[in-house]
Amino acid sequence: MKNKTIIHVENLTKMFGDFTAVNAISFEVKKGEIFGFLGANGAGKTTAMKMLIGISTPTSGTAQVADFDVYTNPDGIKKNIGYMSQKFALYDDLTVKENITFYGGIYGLSPRQIKEKRCQLVDELGLEDVVNELVISLPLGWKQKLAFSVALLHNPKIIFLDEPTGGVDPITRRQFWEMIYKTAHNGTTVFVTTHYMDEAEYCDRVSIMVDGKIEALDTPQKLKQQFEVDSMNDVFLKLARG
Amino acid sequence: MKRFIGFIKKEFYHIFRDRRSLFILFGMPIAQIMLFGFAITNEINNVDISILDKSKDATTKEIINKISSSEYFSIKQNIANESEIEASFKKGKVKAVLVFEKDFSKKLTKENRATVQIITDATDPNTANTISNFVSSILQKYQQEINRDLQIAYQVVPETRMAYNQELKSVFMFVPGVMTIILMLVSAMMTSISITREKELGTMEILLVSPLRPFEVIIGKVFPYIFLSIINAVIIVLLSVFIFKMPVQGSFFLLGFESVLFIVNALSLGILISTISETQQTAMMISLMGLMLPVILLSGFIFPITSMPLALQVLSNIIPAKWFIIILKGIMLKGVGIMLLWKETIILIAMTVFFIILSIKKYKIRLE
Repeated sequence: MKNKTIIHVENLTKMFGDFTAVNAISFEVKKGEIFGFLGANGAGKTTAMKMLIGISTPTSGTAQVADFDVYTNPDGIKKNIGYMSQKFALYDDLTVKENITFYGGIYGLSPRQIKEKRCQLVDELGLEDVVNELVISLPLGWKQKLAFSVALLHNPKIIFLDEPTGGVDPITRRQFWEMIYKTAHNGTTVFVTTHYMDEAEYCDRVSIMVDGKIEALDTPQKLKQQFEVDSMNDVFLKLARG
Repeated sequence: MKRFIGFIKKEFYHIFRDRRSLFILFGMPIAQIMLFGFAITNEINNVDISILDKSKDATTKEIINKISSSEYFSIKQNIANESEIEASFKKGKVKAVLVFEKDFSKKLTKENRATVQIITDATDPNTANTISNFVSSILQKYQQEINRDLQIAYQVVPETRMAYNQELKSVFMFVPGVMTIILMLVSAMMTSISITREKELGTMEILLVSPLRPFEVIIGKVFPYIFLSIINAVIIVLLSVFIFKMPVQGSFFLLGFESVLFIVNALSLGILISTISETQQTAMMISLMGLMLPVILLSGFIFPITSMPLALQVLSNIIPAKWFIIILKGIMLKGVGIMLLWKETIILIAMTVFFIILSIKKYKIRLE
């Protein structure tokens, strides 16, 4: 099971006019893997990710995500993936319960499924006391966990996390990574971009993008050996500085 | 469909939980109609005037009586000589002074000619103009009365009739304008703000990654505002009919149809604004400066288009509000039907289609 390919990308390219944002990248992600997608700001991470989640059409190359083609079936991709961004993107003026109901609803879950999922989620996150509170009143860490759980409501095959731990404290980050591990353990593939190199160490495999190209791709262990350094941070610096 | 209902429910939560937007939605229309109806008015009513009567004879008394018995004027003060005129104005209450010359009656009968001087406070030119017109017409009426028995050959007597608004009620002019402004504000500004809000929060991204199609997202955002704008239009019409006795001569059905058309037009403008602005603030500024100002200045709501410089007259044609005001006035005051309003209606439809196509294009570019 673990060896089944769930994201298959070959020579994927995106051009904006003369500017090549993503330059013929190729990689594969296996089912249940935690795949770190690293790169400096402007390296093309976000553009690449947008193509994979079906909201941007590639200029050339091929990509299949959860067995759906990015050109012909972006809708199929959308149904089978979850997405969470740095902004957490919950509605502040809706309660926890209303947020869950809304997001469950747009993924086509039935009211009964939503209720089941909600009870399970509230139980797991210990949100019993605040389920009818507006999200705005929750601490950042809770919002982050809630946003993550909401993105998983419809049991996606892959979850895409775009810098999910920006602006939260180390303890919360640690807890959040525990949730990520648990999710991956349950068979959901995790595709994560991050700026924190210590987080890169937690990934099964890591790719590093520089100027639109993937310059390195392997397990953190092998990357450190390859570049003869002690930490992912140094790997990144070596690559980014060219 | 179920997804859509969930979306709309969420949209209503946003609207009803935000006091500011609720106030803009429902407080504003009522406040504006009341303001324009009661407070801001071109009409004159019980204007204070002073009289300097130098002859104090039967004729002047009769004229003064006629003036004071009209509902337009009330005589505040009788002054004794010219030097007091200035003081009378300076106190600020008195808007006009009538000066009857000496031996008024005698001059009138012997020389066939006597003068009344009307001095008005022209710090407010419009009111001054209206006052002098009203006084003149009272004098003219009196003149006709005393001349009734005399045979004067070849006399031209102008008889004016103010068609469609006989009493020159300014509220009749304001209602169509206010209705236009409110619908524009609610539809265009509120939708553009609510769409850019999702962009700012990052939820738009989530919605676009979800199985909802982009057009479903937009329709879902816009639909509640169509509904609320229609309610607003109904409130405004009811207020103006029952409180200000504004007539609706034409068909209510046509009025409803044209209002919905204008609402959709304004909504498509709102969507267009939201495609070019990234933040709520930008959306609000563009709506206010780009929409509200032209609507107020160039739609013929307050300033007549025919008296504008040619360039502005041409420019006013691209303002949807101009056409809607023509339609509203036509239906409400003149009672005309679609046969006479088809041109304006087609212009509005064409503009709406244009805005929608443009926003779809912009939206697609953004998604790339």
